[in-house]
Amino acid sequence: MSKLSYTKALNRALGDALAEDPAVFVLGEDIGAGLAGPTLGLLERFGPGRVVDTPLSEQAFTGMAVGAALAGRRPVIEFQIPALLFLVFEQLVNQAHKFSLMTGGQTGVPLTCLVPGSGSRDGWAGQHSDHPYSLFAHAGVKTVVPATPTDAYGLLLSAVRDPDPVVVFAPAAVLGVRENVTWELAPVPLGSARVHRAGTDVTVVAVGHLVHDALAVAEELAGEISVEVLDPRTLHPFDWAALAASLERTGRLVVIDDSNRSCGIGAEILATAAEEMRLIAPPRRITRPDGAVLPFARDLDRALQPGREQLRHTVRSVVKNPWR
Amino acid sequence: MTDRQFLHLASTESRYRMLRLIRGFEQLALGLVKSGVITGGIHPYIGQEAVAVGVCAALRPQDRITSTHRGHGHVLAKGADPGRLLAELCGRVDGLNQGRGGSMHAADLSLGILGANGIVGAGAPIAVGAAWAARQAGEDRVVVSFFGDGALNQGVLLESLNLAAMWQLPVLFVCENNGYATTLPAATAVAGSGTGRAAAFGIPAVEVDGMDTEAVREATELAVRRAREGGGPAFLECRTYRFEGHHTMERRMKLRYRSAEEIEHWRTRDPLERAGAALTDGRRTAIDTAVDAELAEAERFALASDHPDPAGACDHLYADGLRPRAGAVA
Ligand SMILES: Cc1ncc(C[n+]2csc(CCOP(=O)(O)OP(=O)(O)O)c2C)c(N)n1
Repeated sequence: MSKLSYTKALNRALGDALAEDPAVFVLGEDIGAGLAGPTLGLLERFGPGRVVDTPLSEQAFTGMAVGAALAGRRPVIEFQIPALLFLVFEQLVNQAHKFSLMTGGQTGVPLTCLVPGSGSRDGWAGQHSDHPYSLFAHAGVKTVVPATPTDAYGLLLSAVRDPDPVVVFAPAAVLGVRENVTWELAPVPLGSARVHRAGTDVTVVAVGHLVHDALAVAEELAGEISVEVLDPRTLHPFDWAALAASLERTGRLVVIDDSNRSCGIGAEILATAAEEMRLIAPPRRITRPDGAVLPFARDLDRALQPGREQLRHTVRSVVKNPWR
Repeated sequence: MTDRQFLHLASTESRYRMLRLIRGFEQLALGLVKSGVITGGIHPYIGQEAVAVGVCAALRPQDRITSTHRGHGHVLAKGADPGRLLAELCGRVDGLNQGRGGSMHAADLSLGILGANGIVGAGAPIAVGAAWAARQAGEDRVVVSFFGDGALNQGVLLESLNLAAMWQLPVLFVCENNGYATTLPAATAVAGSGTGRAAAFGIPAVEVDGMDTEAVREATELAVRRAREGGGPAFLECRTYRFEGHHTMERRMKLRYRSAEEIEHWRTRDPLERAGAALTDGRRTAIDTAVDAELAEAERFALASDHPDPAGACDHLYADGLRPRAGAVA
């Protein structure tokens, strides 16, 4: 048994992906030195032809990755800051994602984006604290938010092997999480949810680092309310069958999601559950505010993020006073 | 694939044939836009044919290109089947992209055509990536990125010039300066010059007469040879002109941004006439007749092709076959 950190899990997945397929290469800013962690040691192991340090040219190197993918390679781009994805929406959504359909299936674009440090990083303020996974799910780009080290390993490996573009968001709040690993690390299929804790009164769907908050709250409430914690792991494609099965057991739904409220993934989960699934109480969601920009001061930053206090309160109200 | 396939551009006569094919194709397509068979309209390439033909004549089959919203000429010159391209414009199942791409996204990966592109400048980094991959694989392929003068003001193009130069990649940046980005004169939009911008990145840059197929071919051959030998990227600015509007909508909108004199002046420099004048009347007529027959067959092929089944509207959305959930229509 060994302790595996989340960042080390990403690092192992990249190393294994590079080792198993010569078409794979990693590119990004300061990745040779392993500044963010996931690429540490890869340059020494695989050389500059497979681990490519890029200039600060997000649009060019993301478009370059699309071109390399069209020419048979499998690029993995590491982004230093989640907000950089706004710069490359063109290359990811308008080009990479659309190529398969627009070419009538002549080609896919097997490109992976890895965003270690997504979401609030305490003190990084407005332009460094976004968690833009809902935007990619909305656009139809395969979108993954692992919550644990083993899932981080397994989902990143699957993302790199996938024939379509995939964005992997590694929340800043879980990068330091460590997990006892007793079994072989294995790929985790995209589109498969994970029930972290079974329950009978209410299903809490938690995204990314909030899985850990949901588990803590479920534990606190254990004598009072039986909470099932479901981690979708992949936001697009979403494991709707797993959600339906969970709601068959509980009939009540709370979603906790660290993206903005309007058009966020939480809204989609609620809407789908309301349209198609068995609910005995109105579903609720806990999110950042509409169109939120995270303020700098720590207390202000925290005030806008979904947290345990709100979750505890919402779970209680959904179970005890569903119509209020 | 062998170079033999590119015999279609190996002689002056075959280049005339391709100029004529592109011209005739565009005229045919204009007619189909007018009659409503092609929806959405097209960006006609008429007048600029010398660039596509001259550049592609210097390429091998394994070389690749990225193209633009005005891409029919590039796609044909790189060897695409006119019938399948026309079927694509008509949104038919036998189109290059099974009717999923249309004029602005026409692609034939098997011929190294990495797609026309609806976003100005977007092809440049894609070309850089394809060139990087070829170099890494030890292949001597080069990649051409076609773009207009409007793209000179897209940041991603400048970033791409930098990457290509820093990494000495076999990319040829071909700017088709037709004087306008839609209605905006290049003279009022581009500070300095296109070649000056490329030169600032250490990329050899030349200006070429984009109405002269042979001049374009010769300049491209030099650049391609250097790139294949590891000499890195090059930049060609082809001075050319489009005889038609920016888009087929333009006529209806009655836009006036070019004088009749200006258009007439450029028409006297028609690349098709220039190339045709080098042939005997007999040869020219024979080629014209053959091209017309080929285009008639292309039209017959395109119009005989089925419309796609609406049930398959989301086919190929994902390379792994993932089906999206239904939208408004459950
Ligand atoms: C990035 C971007 N901005 C604007 C447009 C709308 N648009 C399409 S073509 C065009 C003009 C492009 O001019 P140029 O690059 O010179 O090419 P040309 O049309 O002359 O061939 C514009 C503004 C677009 N497609 N992409």
